[in-house]
Amino acid sequence: MITREEFRSIAGNGIWKQNTSIAQILGLCPLLAVTTNAVNGIMLSLATILVMALSNVAVASLRNLIPHEIRIPVFILIVAALVTVVDLLFNANLHELYLVLGIFIPLIVTNCIVLARVEAFAAKNPPLQSTLDGVFMGVGMLWTLALLGGMRELLGSGTLFGGIDMVFPSLQPIQLLPESYPGFLLALLPPGAFILLGCMIAWKNWMDARAAERAKLKPPAPVAAAGCH
Amino acid sequence: MSTAKEFTAPGMAVRTAGILFIFVIIFTGLLSAAYLWTKPAIEASAAEEKMKLVDEVLPRSEYDNNLLTDTVTLPITPELGLADPTTLYRARKAGQPVALVFESVAPDGYAGKIRLIVAVRANGEVAGVRVTQHKETPGLGDYVEVKKDKNKARPWITQFTGLSLAQVSDREWKVKKDGGRFDYYAGATVTPRAVTKAVLKAVQWADAHRERLFAEGVAQ
Repeated sequence: MITREEFRSIAGNGIWKQNTSIAQILGLCPLLAVTTNAVNGIMLSLATILVMALSNVAVASLRNLIPHEIRIPVFILIVAALVTVVDLLFNANLHELYLVLGIFIPLIVTNCIVLARVEAFAAKNPPLQSTLDGVFMGVGMLWTLALLGGMRELLGSGTLFGGIDMVFPSLQPIQLLPESYPGFLLALLPPGAFILLGCMIAWKNWMDARAAERAKLKPPAPVAAAGCH
Repeated sequence: MSTAKEFTAPGMAVRTAGILFIFVIIFTGLLSAAYLWTKPAIEASAAEEKMKLVDEVLPRSEYDNNLLTDTVTLPITPELGLADPTTLYRARKAGQPVALVFESVAPDGYAGKIRLIVAVRANGEVAGVRVTQHKETPGLGDYVEVKKDKNKARPWITQFTGLSLAQVSDREWKVKKDGGRFDYYAGATVTPRAVTKAVLKAVQWADAHRERLFAEGVAQ
């Protein structure tokens, strides 16, 4: 089935190493348009997780039947059909949630992450691994979009989780900065999203560089410690 | 892969096209099935959405017919500011006319058109008015929308409720600043003036066309 090693590698790739937003830099259009607050980012990611898991499992199951030459049109067909089915099912059975997520679901078709994972992973791996890959790629997107949306929202309007009442009517957005906070429009506009995303990418590179340096230093570390004593 | 090599180039093309065609058929079938299976539920929720709006202007207890099937399609109606065909709902109780529910547009808002839904009772009284769409200044003119009105006990838009042209003449049907009887909040007069005018026009229009509208398309 799946080894522990495989699972860790898939999870690690999705959440950090090959993170869709800050490592592969894919799907920027919905990312920039939607992350004006944390709730929108989270909701788009949840819908994407669902679609990625479904499209990955579909492609992985059919991968031996799809001729290499026409794989891209077939993948696009599968992804577009699945997104539409998810859209219809949401509309019919979870109407309240659909009113919130509704605008995001069709956006997923245009998200190249889905097609990228289908092509790069699901076309070459068994269904179980592919499903996990879709889910963890989505989880990686979830935390980056939530963070980006949260930062933009906090800088732009001083609140957090604005619009949460649309999802859970009993909850209210949190006013973190004083009411008198004048707002910072740039953070809410697409250029602000680019700037903040750039900062996040720089932060990830810095963390990776630090980790690589530590890994390099580690083996001789006991020797150095011994020398100190 | 080894079997594929035996095909000639045209044979390969036909085979690939055939496989693509099969995939298209399968997934189109999947889509059609999903569409047909979800259609009734989606239509029911869409109807529920519409009724939510109607419920705001006319309580369900006042009528006993199915509003969503008792409709008239209004053509472009300049008197109501409507630039496209809309649906008018007819509320009846025991077959007797109760009210007309229809859309109306105030073309002269501070920032473009303000869309309203209005219910006018058979006796000419306004049963309710709600703003459904507008682009008025947030925090200034947007109090015409109940959700944005700070006066939760008696939102501005509810002051039309229960009034008819028999009680308030069209000369009085203006905001106080223009010599009428309707309140407005200082600082934003353009918005309430536009809404007040649109409601007046809606009431006048309903008075003029009520009998024809209630009779239209009813099989005796």
